[in-house]
Parts: sequence; C-alpha cells; structure tokens
Amino acid sequence: MKTFRIGGVHPHDNKEFSAHKAITAVPLPKKAIIPLVQHIGAPAKPVVQKGDAVKVGQLLAEAGGFVSAPIHSPVSGKVAKIDTAIDAWGMKMQAIYIDVEGDEWLPEIDRTENLIPYSNLDSKEIIEKIKNAGIVGLGGACFPTHVKLMPPPGKKAEVLIVNGVECEPYLTCDHQLMLERGEQIMIGIELVMKALGINRAIIGIENNKPDAIEHMQHLASRVQGVSVQPLKLRYPQGGEKQLIDACIGRQVPSGALPIEVGAVVDNVATLYAIYEAVQKNKPLISRVMTVTGKDVKLPGNYEVRFGTPLNDVLEMAGGIPASTGKIIGGGPMMGRAMQNTDMPCNKRMSGALLMTEEESVRVEPSPCIRCAKCVAAWPMGLEPYLLAKLSAAQNWEEMEHLSIMDCIDCGCCLFTCPSHRPLLDYIRLGKGKVGGIIRARQMAAQAAK
Amino acid sequence: MNLILISLIVLGCTGLIAAVLLYAVAQKFKVEEDPRIDLVQEALPGANCGGCGFAGCRAMAEACVKASSLDGLLCPVGGAATMDKVGDILGMKAAASEPKVAVVRCNGTCEARPRTSRYDGTRTCAIMNSLYVGETGCSFGCLGCGDCVAACQFDAIHINPQTGLAEVDESKCVACGACAKACPRNIIELRKKGDEGAKMVVLCNNKDKGAFARKNCLNACIGCGKCQTVCGFDAIKVENNLAYIDADKCALCRECEAACPTGAIHGLNLPPLAKKAKPAAAAPAAAEEGGNGKFDPACAAIIRSLPTKRAQFPYLQQMAQK
Repeated sequence: MKTFRIGGVHPHDNKEFSAHKAITAVPLPKKAIIPLVQHIGAPAKPVVQKGDAVKVGQLLAEAGGFVSAPIHSPVSGKVAKIDTAIDAWGMKMQAIYIDVEGDEWLPEIDRTENLIPYSNLDSKEIIEKIKNAGIVGLGGACFPTHVKLMPPPGKKAEVLIVNGVECEPYLTCDHQLMLERGEQIMIGIELVMKALGINRAIIGIENNKPDAIEHMQHLASRVQGVSVQPLKLRYPQGGEKQLIDACIGRQVPSGALPIEVGAVVDNVATLYAIYEAVQKNKPLISRVMTVTGKDVKLPGNYEVRFGTPLNDVLEMAGGIPASTGKIIGGGPMMGRAMQNTDMPCNKRMSGALLMTEEESVRVEPSPCIRCAKCVAAWPMGLEPYLLAKLSAAQNWEEMEHLSIMDCIDCGCCLFTCPSHRPLLDYIRLGKGKVGGIIRARQMAAQAAK
Repeated sequence: MNLILISLIVLGCTGLIAAVLLYAVAQKFKVEEDPRIDLVQEALPGANCGGCGFAGCRAMAEACVKASSLDGLLCPVGGAATMDKVGDILGMKAAASEPKVAVVRCNGTCEARPRTSRYDGTRTCAIMNSLYVGETGCSFGCLGCGDCVAACQFDAIHINPQTGLAEVDESKCVACGACAKACPRNIIELRKKGDEGAKMVVLCNNKDKGAFARKNCLNACIGCGKCQTVCGFDAIKVENNLAYIDADKCALCRECEAACPTGAIHGLNLPPLAKKAKPAAAAPAAAEEGGNGKFDPACAAIIRSLPTKRAQFPYLQQMAQK
C-alpha cells in the first residue's frame, strides 16, 4: 500500500469516539460574531454597516486582494456593530456582530436536497463562482481555493488530488462527510476537473476508513478519470506535499507550490463546498466539525454556521466534562490549546478536542540525547533538534539557511522526542520570526523598485 | 649520537626557515592598526554587553577612534565618566549624557490582573507571546517568564514572585537595553534616571479601549486623559488609549498621579502620595466583570514552581459546575 517516503509517525488515531456519528446541525446562535480574517491572505473588507438587515448568504465583506476570500452572512438578522473581538487565543481581531432574527435565506440559494449532477458552466465561470462564494481550503490552512485553480502562466495542472486522508488523530468530520455526502463530493471533483481542464483525479484515503474507501470507490466507478487510492496509515499524510508524494510519487521541491509538479490538492470538505457554491448558489457559510474527547458525553460531527460561539457547539455535545484540562482547536497534532470558548467558529475550525487533565499534562523536558528520532520523523527532511537550538539562540539567519520555512508545523518532532523537548514550540517561534524577516525583505525590495 | 645530531640540525633548519618565512609574511601583510584602539578598549568596562549598539567593547573602541566626534557614542555601563576618559585619549570632548535606567511599564500584579488560563508550554516569554495572549487577558502586559532576566548580564532585573512581574534593580541597571530587546511585548523602556532615581512613569502599555483594558487589569491605563488635563507642563500625551509622560518636560509635580483613576501613573523612588485615594470600591466590581477570570491567590505559587506541570482552565471548571 502506498504512502509518502520521508519521515512521518504513527500516532494512535483515537477516531472511535466520533466515527460514524451522523452529521448534526447546531441550532442558530442568538448573536453571531463573524471574523473578517478566516483565511490566509489579506483581511476581507466589510461592505455592510451597523444597522443593516442581512439575509443568509448575503455578502458581508469582500475579498481584500487576490489572495483573500469574501465572507458571507451565515445568519439572518441585523448588523449590531463592526468591532474587535477576541479569538480563541485571546488575541484581537476585527469582526462583524450580527443579532440573529429568524432564518431568512437569499432567494437564489437552492436549499432543497436535490442532487444537481450537471453544470453547463465553463471553466472561468466555475472559478468565478468559487471565488465569489468565499471558498477556502477547509483542511485547515484556509488557503483561498480560487488561487489554486488559477495556475500561474507556464504551469499546467495534470492531476487533481482529493484529500480524504484525515490523518489528524481524533478528527472524523471528513470521514463522515464522505460517507454521507459522497455524491456531492464526486460532483465537486468533476467541477474542479472541468475548471482545471484535466481528466484525472485521485482520491487519497487512509486505510483506517475502509467503509469510506469502499463507498468512494463505488461512486468513482461511475465517473471517468477518477480513482481512489487507499493509503497506509501514517501521519502527516494529509499534508499537501506528503499526499502528492503518496499518490503520484512526485516530490514538491523546497519552497515551491504543488502546481510545480502538476498537482492541485483539495480537501473533500472543500469539494463539497464547491458543489454547494456552483450547483446550489450557496456560499461558504457553514462547515462540519468534530467535537470529541475521552469524556465528552456526545462526541460527534456537527455542522455549524460560522459565527456560532464554540460554547453552543460544546453544549450540543453534552457540555464540557469536569475532567477537561485543555480544549484544543483542531486535532491534537497541529491544533493549539484555546484560551476561551466564547470565540466564534470559523472556516478554520475543523474540530474541538477536549482533553482530560491527565492526557494534557506536558512532561518536563530532559536534555537532548542526540538520538535523531526527530530527524527520522520529520517529513520535510529537516533537522528539528538543530533548528530548535538555533531558535533558542535566536540565530534567525542560520535557520533561514536551513530552510525553516519548509516546516509544515506537523508536530512529528515533538511527538517522537523521547526527552519530551519542546522542539515544535521553538521551531514555530523561529518560523514566525524568519517569516517576518523574509516578508520585511520582500517589502523593502518592492519599495526599492 | 649521530642520529641526535642529524635530527637537531634538521629541526633547527626547519625552524629557522619557518621563522624567516613567517617574518617575511608578517612584514608583507602587516595590518596597520591605530594604537589608540587598544587604549580606548582598556578604558571601556569590558563587559561586552552590546548596550552601546556595537558587537562588543572592541568594536565600540574602533568606532570611537574612527569617529570625528563622540556625539551619539555612549557606553551605558561606564556612563559619562568612561566617555570622558575615552575623550581624553582621543583628544575629543565627550557628549554630555544623562544616565538612564530600564523601566518595566506594567503593573499588572496578580491581584489586579485575573488569570484566565494556565500556560504549560515552554516558559519563555517569546514562545508564550507567539502562541497566545498569555495567562491573563491583557495582550500588552508582562508575561512573567523572565526573558529579560535571562538577557540581563548585570543581575539587575528579576521576576518578583509576589507580583509575577519583572522588576528592575536600579542600583545595578546600566541601561544597556538587553532586556528591552529581549521583551517580546516591548514593555521595557530606557528612561532618564532622574535625580536620585525620582521619575514619573505610566506603568502600563495597554492600548486597548478603556473598558476592555480595565476588564483585564485593574491597574491599566484607560486613556481617560485626566492626567493630560491636569498636567501644567504639557508633558503627558494620550495616544491609542495610552498615556505617556515625556521625562524631559515632567517637573515631578505629581498632579497626574493624584488624578489617575486607576493608579496607572507612579512616582518611582518618590514617597507615597498622601492624599492618593485608592479606587478600592471599584476593585471588586471590576473583578466580577472580569468574566472568565477570577483572582487566583495561588498565582505567586504558580510562578515560583516553573514550569507548571498542569494545564487547566480555572474557568472551565466553573463552567462545568454550572
């Protein structure tokens, strides 16, 4: 069975808590807080004002640049204010506050369950629709999807790789989405293939989801050019570069984008959103997220409208158990512990993991024994122990030289370290600093021109 | 015997040839260096702290010798006395300089700033700051992990376990600025030392709007502007909801300190203000407003037992009990 070549670890997947739990809709909140930054790139610019009445699906903020995404209203009601809000980590962000009244949708949105398999739109129109619907990569990075579908001149996409891997332990939202809404995802795949002008797509699914593999294989057999690639269980297979290596055996060079090797990678949840946007005129206003944990009463997969406070979702899942020590936004490998649960769910929110006190205790680090386990585990072929040391010594130049920017924050180094050294903490810090230095340099170079 | 003689001759000759070669090379590639650099370096304290902005005392000495005047060159460790000595060596007049000292512009003590979470990651301010807002709701205040303490070569800054804040020992501080550079939140400022250390400072760096700032910290500057109004010397400016006192204009009249409703303005090394009315009544009410957080009397203990082994949200437990 196929997998990627360099590094990787095998954490226990812990998906049993929420696997095969039907997707349940979370009731509408009384007040929705919609952040203006829910994607990578420039913040969206609000087009509504205080006091405006909005309907579900109405444009709230337009894209702030090419790499940016518009934001639509997930609820109907009145705009209460546009002000700062606190995100999950206590930092401030701009957000639109809406007092929810009823649930009135824009008339052009098709809310029926009918499957619309065919589209007469051409490539440009499909991409335009995706762009206007504010669709971003729902795998976690939230990179605006329309940018991926418009390869730079001279580059040609050859194959669409569909990410149904869900390699993060605990999370099951993509798995359940494939089981329940596979047909829609398949139409989404066809739409993206049409938009890119290609006739080949590979759906990568890890072998801990045999039912999803079977289901998708069954659906793919009806569509020409689409195949399912079962993959060996290995983290971080859902990383873009790892998945390309696993599915088509090509390695994306350092610092390059997947299009360099002719691949475009999209998550299954993104493809479902593309189907809804193109065929049903429904912009991206909700997503499926997993709420899970050992002591959670009703772990499961919940469909939330953006702007719903996380508290409401946790309430649906039976409240926060008394044993909770940490609540992690996302999965345990890449997610970060949250500072508060009042914050609204957004496009990024793939899951909330409630860890018990014992599970979440961090072991005190001991000295590095130079076992090089982290080097073996790092999927990008870097040397974590060295980078962490350089970061502690604030040697940013050397870190840049050692291609710190190739780090994908997967957490394999930290996971595998027998001395429990806080490698990822230091590497993330260094990556942030080096990224800032590189951006400052680019800005200076641009200003000089 | 013969063997010893031969080896002596061979080694001796090799040594002789090498010596001649080395001498020739040394003459050919001789680097002319100003002898005054060594003299100036001897006059400098030799701490190599980098407070002057150069890589070390040698680099500073080179810069002094090369410079046409000593304006802008200052050894913060040695101060005016050292710069006078350097000036004597170089035949220049050292620029008059006022001694400075580091000031930690945060007074978010454990009592004033409710803790909202407990951090169990690596205990450095830089990492904590890169991950999230910190253990309290204030995104501007002191994180208390002591990056400044690690950066200080003069043992002049320490974390006070009672308050959880960095405190400067003014008798030891040489204003090299290492702590200010190390602080990820830029709350440490080098300020004029003042006569006997007396100076007025706004001990807050919070640029949030008043209500939000106060919710997170009772000692925060709320940018109300009262100090600006009462100041008769035009020394105080309120910008971005934060007051700042210009040390050059301040006449130490302490009107602002008396007027400040939150007690954010402090007279350092000055006797306590007699008529200062503490906002005692406001304190508990605002603490309740604090929402998630709750004053945690164990705060000092947490800070002492670094790194905390436990991660927990105190407010999570409150929620669970509901």
